[in-house]
Amino acid sequence: MSQVLVLAEHVQGELKNNVAELLAAAARLGEPAAVVVRQPGTGAQLTARLGELGAAAVYVADVEEADALLVTPQVAALAAAVAAAGDVSAVLVGTSIDSREAAARLAVRLGAAFLSDVVDLAAAPDGVRATQQAFGGAYTVTATAARGIPVISLRPNSVPGTAPAAQAQEIRLAPGPNMAAAARITARHEGQAVSTRPELTAADIVVSGGRGLGSAENFVLVEQLADALGAAVGASRAAVDAGYCAHTMQVGQTGTTVSPNLYLALGISGAIQHRAGMQSAKTIVAINKDPGAPIFEIADFGVVGDVFTVVPQLIEAVNARQAVGSPAG
Amino acid sequence: MKIAVLVKQVPDTYGDRRMDPATRTVDRGSADPVIDEINERAVEAALQIKEAGDGVTVTAVTMGPVRAVEALRKALAMGADSAVHICDDTLAGSDAMQTSEVLAAALAGRDFDLVIAGNESTDGRTAAVPAMLAERLGMAQLTFLRTVTVSGGSVSGERMTGNGYVEAQAPLPAVVSVTEQSAEPRFPKFRGIMAAKKKPLQTLTLAELGLPGGEAGGENSWSRVLDVTARPARTAGTVVTDDGTAGTQVAEYLAAAKLI
Ligand SMILES: Cc1cc2nc3c(=O)[nH]c(=O)nc-3n(C[C@H](O)[C@H](O)[C@H](O)COP(=O)(O)OP(=O)(O)OC[C@H]3O[C@@H](n4cnc5c(N)ncnc54)[C@H](O)[C@@H]3O)c2cc1C
Repeated sequence: MSQVLVLAEHVQGELKNNVAELLAAAARLGEPAAVVVRQPGTGAQLTARLGELGAAAVYVADVEEADALLVTPQVAALAAAVAAAGDVSAVLVGTSIDSREAAARLAVRLGAAFLSDVVDLAAAPDGVRATQQAFGGAYTVTATAARGIPVISLRPNSVPGTAPAAQAQEIRLAPGPNMAAAARITARHEGQAVSTRPELTAADIVVSGGRGLGSAENFVLVEQLADALGAAVGASRAAVDAGYCAHTMQVGQTGTTVSPNLYLALGISGAIQHRAGMQSAKTIVAINKDPGAPIFEIADFGVVGDVFTVVPQLIEAVNARQAVGSPAG
Repeated sequence: MKIAVLVKQVPDTYGDRRMDPATRTVDRGSADPVIDEINERAVEAALQIKEAGDGVTVTAVTMGPVRAVEALRKALAMGADSAVHICDDTLAGSDAMQTSEVLAAALAGRDFDLVIAGNESTDGRTAAVPAMLAERLGMAQLTFLRTVTVSGGSVSGERMTGNGYVEAQAPLPAVVSVTEQSAEPRFPKFRGIMAAKKKPLQTLTLAELGLPGGEAGGENSWSRVLDVTARPARTAGTVVTDDGTAGTQVAEYLAAAKLI
């Protein structure tokens, strides 16, 4: 059976959350295999772990400066793994910026089709069927690779289930010296603090706040409701631009696309570019003091009111229900 | 120093953007074509480098239909020095692989030190062309930047990541892309708009780029769209005006819908 290569991203030997899903998706198309790029002397346990997650083979590239060079070590390792595997039916990566860019370059290097931000994946007799969304989920697109190996970036939480565990065979790659001109990372400023909240793309419930919150201090109200509901926190671009919260929280055209069971929009007008990131939510609830706000055109339940009075009452009601619903402890 | 800025004309995100399920392509008649907002930031980044240095020239480059020249005019009005328009009927429906091949052919051999693009277009959202160009041109890639600084033969900046940013540096020549956190684009002034009309604007066909026409366009793309389906439009539900109990009403609604 031909192999499907998965780029297994990790932070110092700790696999990223999406790797299990990528291997499960790979199992739909062929035999799952993983590609790992690591600093020499790190990540010794990765092969066994990837086997548990379904990788029958693990291609390992030990690269000096793997953590310091931007994207090029991953491209070289993936290309070397494709050559070593011989028969490869697809390459799968996640949607991190690094992974998408490595995949884009790999497609050029291999002469292959690049299918980005795929939300569903299936094998067909004449190749893969990749489902994508266009214009913020207004259209569902089915695409395939007309030529070359499909190189696919898969949006998280698209493919359910896991691949059966396998006895992983480790194959060492020797990608050779990195000849590509590369950018070098000189400092990292990334949040270590692991959030206790669900990830935006994975969350069942998303609570988003907009410019209507008025300040970073007031934005805490959005977080409080999110915590009461066990939800992820999102935001409009106006809220991000005003510095109420981090840009990684932005939902919309130029931010994250979410399709949760429930989306609550607080103090968000519902501009078309915001809707492009959340209109495929199953249920939408909006709270806005302007009865003419466009968000009400797509809300299943809307409240014309002030977030500063409605939301505290909502939090209280949610907490009260939960106190009744679940016995203490 | 020579800078190329890549610009793309896209359907206006404020408009009603549609796809045609029959042709499986963007319905060009739906939303007005405009320069993608992110490309205005790319032009701004180039102009700031030009203003900070000596002898810097900025060339705006686009691949697109006849009307895409409007995007170049905007870049020229903002302050770019010249423009290149790759315009060929056979290019319609190109994917990122094909687009990057054509752009690479247009950029190669012109001695650009820096190529600046937007990180991601609002229509395709593939975010692949800058990385593909770096691969094709053999240039260093420093993408998703919110700041761009050029000094002493290298470019550096802050690259956005999923949970923060990294500082990074690359030797020139390099391909960079900017994010929407990068500098606000300037508005063209009347003088700039008038001056733009006299600036050099070159139009090139595929043949003039030395590329075979037989591999261009949607018929020959690497990725192929098989089907396009429109999602049913959402409709408005219940809207209540807060009478002092709306918070409780929302909780009741959520409980009735088994969402909490
Ligand atoms: C190319 C492009 C890409 C874009 N991408 C995105 C994107 O990814 N995401 C995004 O969100 N936007 C995006 N935008 C911006 C978008 O057009 C809007 O400007 C933005 O969504 C507005 O955010 P907002 O709703 O928070 O702010 P506003 O439109 O200012 O709305 C604030 C709302 O809060 C309400 N309000 C104020 N005070 C209260 C209160 N006390 N109680 C209740 N309600 C209150 C007001 O009635 C108002 O409706 C993009 C724009 C462009 C051109």
